[in-house]
Amino acid sequence: MTKDRFKNTALIQASLKKRYARERRFQMYGKLAVLAGFVFLFVLLFDIVSKGTPAFTQQHISIAVNIDVDALGVSSTASQDEISKADFSSLIKSSLREMFPDVKSRGDKRQLYRLVSIGAEYDLRDKVLADPTLLGKKQDIWMLAHSQAASYLKGQITRVIPEAERKVKNQQMDWLDRLREQGRTKSSFNTTFFTYGDSREPELAGIRAALQGSLFTLMVTFALAFPIGVFAAVYLEEFAPRNRLTDLIEININNLAAVPSIVFGLLGLAVFINFFELPRSAPLVGGIVLSLMTLPTIIITSRAAIQAVSPSIREAALGVGASKLQTVFHHVLPVAMPGILTGSIIGMAQALGESAPLLMIGMVAFIMDVPGGVTDSSTVLPVQIYLWADSPERGFTEKTSAAIMVLMGFLILMNALAIILRKRFELK
Amino acid sequence: MIKQLLGAMALAVGFSGVANVQAQGRDSVSIVGSSTVYPFATVVAERFGRSTSFKAPKIESTGSGGGLKLFCKGVGAGTPDITNSSRRIKKSEYDDCQSNGVTDVIEVLIGYDGIAIANSRRAPQLAISLKDLYLALAKDIPDADGQLIPNPHQSWNDINPALPATKIEVMGPPPTSGTRDAFAELALGGGAKSIPALKTLSGFDSSQEQEIKSAMEQLGIPVSVYQAYVESKGKKPKGKDIFKTVAYSVREDGAYIEAGENDNLIVQKLEANPNALGIFGFSFLDENGDKVQGSVIDGVEPSFDTIADGDYPVSRPLYFYIKSAHVGRIPGIQEYAMEFASAKAMSEDGYLPEKGLIPLSKEELAQVQADVKSLKRLEM
Repeated sequence: MTKDRFKNTALIQASLKKRYARERRFQMYGKLAVLAGFVFLFVLLFDIVSKGTPAFTQQHISIAVNIDVDALGVSSTASQDEISKADFSSLIKSSLREMFPDVKSRGDKRQLYRLVSIGAEYDLRDKVLADPTLLGKKQDIWMLAHSQAASYLKGQITRVIPEAERKVKNQQMDWLDRLREQGRTKSSFNTTFFTYGDSREPELAGIRAALQGSLFTLMVTFALAFPIGVFAAVYLEEFAPRNRLTDLIEININNLAAVPSIVFGLLGLAVFINFFELPRSAPLVGGIVLSLMTLPTIIITSRAAIQAVSPSIREAALGVGASKLQTVFHHVLPVAMPGILTGSIIGMAQALGESAPLLMIGMVAFIMDVPGGVTDSSTVLPVQIYLWADSPERGFTEKTSAAIMVLMGFLILMNALAIILRKRFELK
Repeated sequence: MIKQLLGAMALAVGFSGVANVQAQGRDSVSIVGSSTVYPFATVVAERFGRSTSFKAPKIESTGSGGGLKLFCKGVGAGTPDITNSSRRIKKSEYDDCQSNGVTDVIEVLIGYDGIAIANSRRAPQLAISLKDLYLALAKDIPDADGQLIPNPHQSWNDINPALPATKIEVMGPPPTSGTRDAFAELALGGGAKSIPALKTLSGFDSSQEQEIKSAMEQLGIPVSVYQAYVESKGKKPKGKDIFKTVAYSVREDGAYIEAGENDNLIVQKLEANPNALGIFGFSFLDENGDKVQGSVIDGVEPSFDTIADGDYPVSRPLYFYIKSAHVGRIPGIQEYAMEFASAKAMSEDGYLPEKGLIPLSKEELAQVQADVKSLKRLEM
């Protein structure tokens, strides 16, 4: 007997080393897995941030413009209507020619005109509209640079690349160098990016329309999915009888959470657009479709949170004479709220990143105007990223990454909100 | 706390409910259709929105076929006013339009698009013929006896000793893309016509059933192909229809890689793999001239001039279609079309050629402008 015991101890002693080694190995695998995750995340973030940062600055060129009433074809006391129809494009072109009088041939002139953005004429028009006293005056005006010129000013394109292979030609570079020497170029924070909608000119494209579209869509989604989801969870958890039917409902909800999102898009197209004739491309329909998609997530997490509430709280409330309804709304829900909110925010974050179901209901579209309400045509952030990634102009590469940064910022904000709300409810 | 939350939610629900009741009428033009025309249409829409008092049109990129389907669904604010297309409307689609009450359709030719077959600038430029492309990428090709066999070619010099000894690796769009349809028709179909037996087959009319069948036998095409056509279409095929099923099929054994609809992605993949070729729209070649180079096809390099002249063999016309019934009901449709057809946009110095559109000739442009002005109805 004693011999056996010694044998066991020896066995344990011998295997101990092996077991420790096994644990160390497992810990190492774990560390490696975490490290790999971090490396991927870092590479991704680095790639996006390094590509996207230039998009947050914009380049301006100062052009001496003689806002000549004759060149514009208006009278010196022109009405607003007259000014808005005036030909500012040729005024800018002639101003550019005056600044570079040595440019003669047609091809060269076209290259010269390509230094400033097509948006410059509309900016100038708006400036004159706002202050008609400018008519007839000669002034230096800062104009938005064309995206190709801007890429040279930002140093993204250099003379090292052979001329035939780049869009910015040598003489354009010479002109830009000359402007830079005269202090006629400046780089500033890109406000256009945050105040305008989509554009086909990279320098004029902004994220505002997509941001607002996402906001409206999520508002609709939240307004529908949160109350319906929470009430469904409360009913199923606290009031519903346990029988075959509720089991069936539970299984269905769980399965619904796994349905690919494009299916909800098809449903939205068939029901809300074709049958109810709601407007295509509107955040209203997008929000409804996404709320269908997030509902199961919210119901499942809310049920789990309600389940986790200690029974003693319920019993205590019932014990002092509260009704079932009072128990649920005064005691159970407040305790479960942090969990419910976490689940809802996860669902909303999912909805924010979704683009597949929106394809079917027409939200993947070129929309310039910033939407003012839930029935205006609009697009959302992930769709805007997709559209820019698909554009041939080189300037959109940086916009794509910048839009991804904005989307991630939005997500971080949402998560922060979730944490703050959770903290506040937990304190109670 | 709960009460406040519930109150806020009730408010939000009410708010979205109110918005719901808004009228259905639209104040901006709704456009759908081809992803190839999309970059040009959006430029016009943007200028149109900025320079006029109309709202900028909303443009969805649904593909040519998808766009025409939406367009022909009927008349009313819920259907699009204009659809873009990278090919002409088909007779079947036109009939669909007619039967759904979309009787008056205006066709506007806007220019041409070349399809570039390109590789990385780090590799030498390729000079290739349409026949070589057909022999490299078709699913079945004729062997020495003229019988169709599954494509055996693995590297380019198997086809033509003048071509490099690299593996055939071509990245292109998936079957849902109009670019792929056009490539199959223009490049593969064009190449197949240089094979005499296939060319004769394509020339037969549907009444020459016997000739078609004997030609099929010679080529080793099973008779079932003929019967399948009769069953699916309910009529006898022309020689051309059999030719299409044979010549337009792209091989599926890995030599042709479906790289998705995103042409920028194909450019990036070409940059990473100098041995591969890629198929995409000319505007992407124009924009990425520092990374990729277009192959010379039948001795012609893709450029603005060669595509506009029709010398470059892989090019196609681009269109958009207007629903007449909506003109005057939804503000800005005709004005948008006029802006599109204006000299400012479409002439050689216009802003569309700057974006990569191959412009129409002066005569064609004048004709298009006149058609838009008079809203000339398309007859088919």
